[in-house]
Amino acid sequence: MIRRAVRFLDQRSGAAPLLKKTLRYAFPDHWSFLLGEVALYAFVVLVATGIYLTLFFEPSTAKTIYHGSYAPLRGMEMSRAYASVVHLSFDVKAGLLIRQTHHWAADVFVAAIVLHLVRVFFTGAYRKPRELTYLIGVLMLFATLLEGYLGYSLIDDLLSGMGLAIGYGVALSIPIVGANLALLIWGHPFPGDPDFWSRMYIGHVLIMPVLIGGLLAAHLALVASRHHTQFRRESVPSERKLIGIPTFPGQVPRSLGLMVAVAGVLVLLGGLVQINPIWLWGPYHVYDGTNGAQPDWYLGWLIGALRLVPAFDVVVWNRTLVPNPFWGGILFPLVVMMALMLWPWLEQRATGDRRAHNVLDRPRDAPVRTGIGAGFLTWVVMIFLAGASDRVLVFLGISYVSQIWFYRVAVWVVPVVVGLLAWRFCLALKGMEEVQAVQEAAEREAAVHSAQPE
Amino acid sequence: MKTGTKLKLALLTAFGFLREAGRRKKPERIVKAEGGDPRAELVVALLLLGAAACAVAFVVIYALDWSHLTRWLGLSLGACLLLIAAALIHAGETFVPTEELEEDYPPLEHPEAQEELGQIGRESVGGFTRKRLLLGAAGAAGAALGAALVVPAASLGPFLDTESFYYSPWHRDRRLVDEQGKPYRADEIEYETFYTAFPENAYREELAAPLVVVRVDPSELELPEGRGNWAPEGIVAYSKICTHAGCAVALYRKPRFPQAEPRPALVCPCHYSTFDPAEGGKVIFGPAGRELPQLPLLVDSAGELRAAGDFSAPVGPSFWGVRTRRPTA
Repeated sequence: MIRRAVRFLDQRSGAAPLLKKTLRYAFPDHWSFLLGEVALYAFVVLVATGIYLTLFFEPSTAKTIYHGSYAPLRGMEMSRAYASVVHLSFDVKAGLLIRQTHHWAADVFVAAIVLHLVRVFFTGAYRKPRELTYLIGVLMLFATLLEGYLGYSLIDDLLSGMGLAIGYGVALSIPIVGANLALLIWGHPFPGDPDFWSRMYIGHVLIMPVLIGGLLAAHLALVASRHHTQFRRESVPSERKLIGIPTFPGQVPRSLGLMVAVAGVLVLLGGLVQINPIWLWGPYHVYDGTNGAQPDWYLGWLIGALRLVPAFDVVVWNRTLVPNPFWGGILFPLVVMMALMLWPWLEQRATGDRRAHNVLDRPRDAPVRTGIGAGFLTWVVMIFLAGASDRVLVFLGISYVSQIWFYRVAVWVVPVVVGLLAWRFCLALKGMEEVQAVQEAAEREAAVHSAQPE
Repeated sequence: MKTGTKLKLALLTAFGFLREAGRRKKPERIVKAEGGDPRAELVVALLLLGAAACAVAFVVIYALDWSHLTRWLGLSLGACLLLIAAALIHAGETFVPTEELEEDYPPLEHPEAQEELGQIGRESVGGFTRKRLLLGAAGAAGAALGAALVVPAASLGPFLDTESFYYSPWHRDRRLVDEQGKPYRADEIEYETFYTAFPENAYREELAAPLVVVRVDPSELELPEGRGNWAPEGIVAYSKICTHAGCAVALYRKPRFPQAEPRPALVCPCHYSTFDPAEGGKVIFGPAGRELPQLPLLVDSAGELRAAGDFSAPVGPSFWGVRTRRPTA
């Protein structure tokens, strides 16, 4: 049976040698290598649930009166887009399950990518010959952020409308051409032309997924071509030799198991833990807003950045050169993206190390990198936290204004402190290991000497 | 050579041949480790059967018309998937052969192929006599075609015409109405309350339409120069759209810390830009880079609120030309 199938396939594709190689491809084993896999499987769930959602969603701003089974909204005028999502949530069996699973999958997807990036950074996995793999990964992260933003903006509930207004304000803030660019995207000043909804929709369900899928394919192809990195082991000269468990049979049940587990957890979340209850927010109008409006977690860092900038527009001769949202909404993410993308080359230049690396560093092996990385991460996380100041005001009663002033200083001080501490900590760990090594060597020598009769 | 040794040698040779023959029949193992573990196999089978039961339960629940359907559907399908995951992972940890392979990393580069690629390139174009001309012409064609292909993107919106950013539906004598379309009367506007107003008989879903209207003690008013008569009886109207990022200024904050906050302020819930209604919409906290545009008001003979003109500045987030002129209807 198997033999016949293999023969059939091989004669028509010539793929038997390639397949054999694939089956025996060795994966080094470490739990942290699974983070990227979790992201991959969350993407699979996103595509599957997303396709189902498109069968019900109507990307239209045309007005309609709601007559569905959710009583509080009955008789209310709303866009067909919003009405179709409310309908999907209440009157389509399993609709809410799939919608919430999709939303959870998006949140988990980005989280897994970020954790994967953190792992890759602190172990130096991005070093030659894997800089391109890393670069594509960073691009994918930012594509994913845009994709997620488009996704929750499509629904046309109050929160999504507020998010779009902010996106519009940020687009307008691009120096000189912001207004022109915004007109190209929205077709008309906010809330824009009805065409804008078609544009967002095709962006969310086709352009961005295909882009992310393409980047993903390139990412995986490059990983396979250069093979996995691995942690150092005592027994092996591992820059040249890779030790790992083969795809088949060893890895297949584990990896498939992880995929099904990710899907299972996402479906459980989708079924049991409410997320984005759009019927509570109501339909969007330009004149409506609500307190405590927070985006999905992965945009929190941008909200924080937008909130921290002091009140000023840069004005030259009556012309508004740099409107305020530019700093937090454009420059900040651009700086983060550029810093991430350029890092492998910056490091190469600073250390002069242009060799290829297959063995990973432990964070302590590269104290300067770990220090800089810890500081950078702290910087972004502090700004992220600043985005939650309004919630802290509500829950703990700490003055919003005082919090913002605290963060305006702290986002520059705390990262430096954390970075220096991380650096010192790595040096201390390394020093301790060296002492230990010397001690062990001395003990061995002593043992040898005492064993030798004099 | 002794007989014994000879015999030994012969035996060894024969054994070698036999081994060789045996090998030909049964090839050397590729998968090094051996699998199998009856107990674990049973556990995995039970897990898979449990998963099957959960999947059936999912279908049954779907067919039933339960309330709170979502949670039961999620629970059954999620449990099914997690049981399958448990089965796979348990199998992977126990009876599926798991061996460690050692293999060489692929070579970093292929110098010969690199050299040949370069050679192919050089030899392919080596005979061309007008390389620069061709390159220039191809560059021109590429650039022109690229530009031509980008041009249709201009249809996405009126790229160069930003006039629409200065539009406003407000003009002198236009009445302020509430959400139901009822005109606001000046004596309805109370202290420490916040009203959303729209232009009468005009489209509301655009940034220049909605207003916030509040009453301020006339003695506290400190409007900028030239706006002396914009606030009859201390009633002021501002654009409801935040000048930072375009959200609706939907909060009217009561002072919590009287020293720092002498009176209620208009706050945008998105990034907490805070505007003082008594000082012409001046930014007193948060990131907004310019004041809220103010609409001059008048009270007509019927006691109703009307616009006395257009906004003091274009509404909404700042852009390149936002400070160049006032909006027009």
